[in-house]
Amino acid sequence: MSLRVRDLSFSYGTKQALRHVSFEIETGDFCALLGPNGAGKSTLFGLLTRLFTVPNGEIEIAGDSLRASPLIALKSLGIVFQQTTLDLDLSVRQNLSYFAALHGLSGKPARTRIDGALARLNMLERADEKVRALNGGHRRRAEIARALIHQPTVLLLDEPTVGLDAAARASITEHVHALCTEQSITVLWATHLTDEVKPEDRLLILHEGAVLADGRAKTIAGDLPLADRFLEMTGAAA
Amino acid sequence: MTAYLTALVAIVTREALRFIHQRERFIAALVRPLVWLLVFAAGFRAALGLSIIPPYQTYITYETYIVPGLCGMILLFNGMQSSLSLVYDREMGSMKLLLTAPLPRWWLLFCKLLGSTAISILQVYVFLAIAAAFGVAMPALGYVTVFPALILAGLMLGCLGLLLSSFIKQLENFAGVMNFVIFPMFFLSSALYPLWKMAESSELLHDICALNPFTHAVELIRFALYVQWNGSALFWTLITTIAFGLAAAWGYDPGRRQIRKRA
Repeated sequence: MSLRVRDLSFSYGTKQALRHVSFEIETGDFCALLGPNGAGKSTLFGLLTRLFTVPNGEIEIAGDSLRASPLIALKSLGIVFQQTTLDLDLSVRQNLSYFAALHGLSGKPARTRIDGALARLNMLERADEKVRALNGGHRRRAEIARALIHQPTVLLLDEPTVGLDAAARASITEHVHALCTEQSITVLWATHLTDEVKPEDRLLILHEGAVLADGRAKTIAGDLPLADRFLEMTGAAA
Repeated sequence: MTAYLTALVAIVTREALRFIHQRERFIAALVRPLVWLLVFAAGFRAALGLSIIPPYQTYITYETYIVPGLCGMILLFNGMQSSLSLVYDREMGSMKLLLTAPLPRWWLLFCKLLGSTAISILQVYVFLAIAAAFGVAMPALGYVTVFPALILAGLMLGCLGLLLSSFIKQLENFAGVMNFVIFPMFFLSSALYPLWKMAESSELLHDICALNPFTHAVELIRFALYVQWNGSALFWTLITTIAFGLAAAWGYDPGRRQIRKRA
């Protein structure tokens, strides 16, 4: 089990953002976290990445408790945030080297890992370009490559395709699916777009801070297209 | 341990690269104290009579008097500037990248602090060189002994900036804080006028100035520039640095921090 979340609740003042959220994701699984805007996805990501913590509930990443041994647990975690977190004035390689160093990697080992990660995302030939010169899709790919440098077992992506065109969206979705099958990386992919979910993907539907459905996408969708099923569930529950 | 050092080097390098990309900021940071030195001080030298007070052994011109205060000004503005960039980083998300690194938060923030302090000190030395070119020179050894004083004063003001950044939720709130922090701190200190001068006009203002940590930072720099020891300034600067530092670490504690709604 690569990612285990048990009984997580969180509130902003009186507004309950997460209610008793529990789920587990198997190693190498692609899990889509589908929810309308405001469902609590970003709050869940904030807790999973330890940007903030709560006294209740439990989060385990690759078997390590985020509360008891946060630094070990964070080592196994790759994160792609919703907003771009690249330094626009630096080259792709400089950005990735900075991140590698934050994870204790420098010199030749860092270079090898960076080249490997960029090659995996077909970004190696752009390594020395300034991020400012890249389009949205390539910036995203650079960020995914960056999140893989320290060879995490779990990769979290918070609405990674926001603001991208259809082709870039499809290509990034493909790339990340390939990571699961080829590298056995566990992926949690937050989105509000049903077309990014494949029928055989694991699917969690989050609505108003609670898990509404948990299973294979095709099972949850049943005989309806997933988009319709999703609307029906979140619409009816609202 | 090497992971800590690798991160330190990377964070300081990034601050330096960022600085190189913002040359306007460097020039602006230099123009400000130079205007004070070459215009304001020139106008005031006639109006202000300065008696011989430690660390000075002779009568000095007003230009000479305010040089340490202007060094402090550079550190103060840069400390606030770097805290502004922290708030900006948080809005832009790159702060998240730093805070999710598998190292203790206090260390990551300390690295950031050290990076911005190093850049401030570089600016102080450029300022001191220009001042010397205009004839406002210090004892040669003073340029060496001031270095540790600049580090400590820079860290103190950086910690203050860090502390403020942890409580400022949005970029827009920043201008007000600048006015309520930078100006009172600078004017209610010994940067522009000696405290005894202040006492002549108001005992209360004198007491406020004497309590202001920035006064102690400036005095620490002033004495160090003249290769003299000022234990009380060192003590208060050190205590304030630790207090601001601990408060900032608390402010950035993940258990205490809340992200804004719809962050």
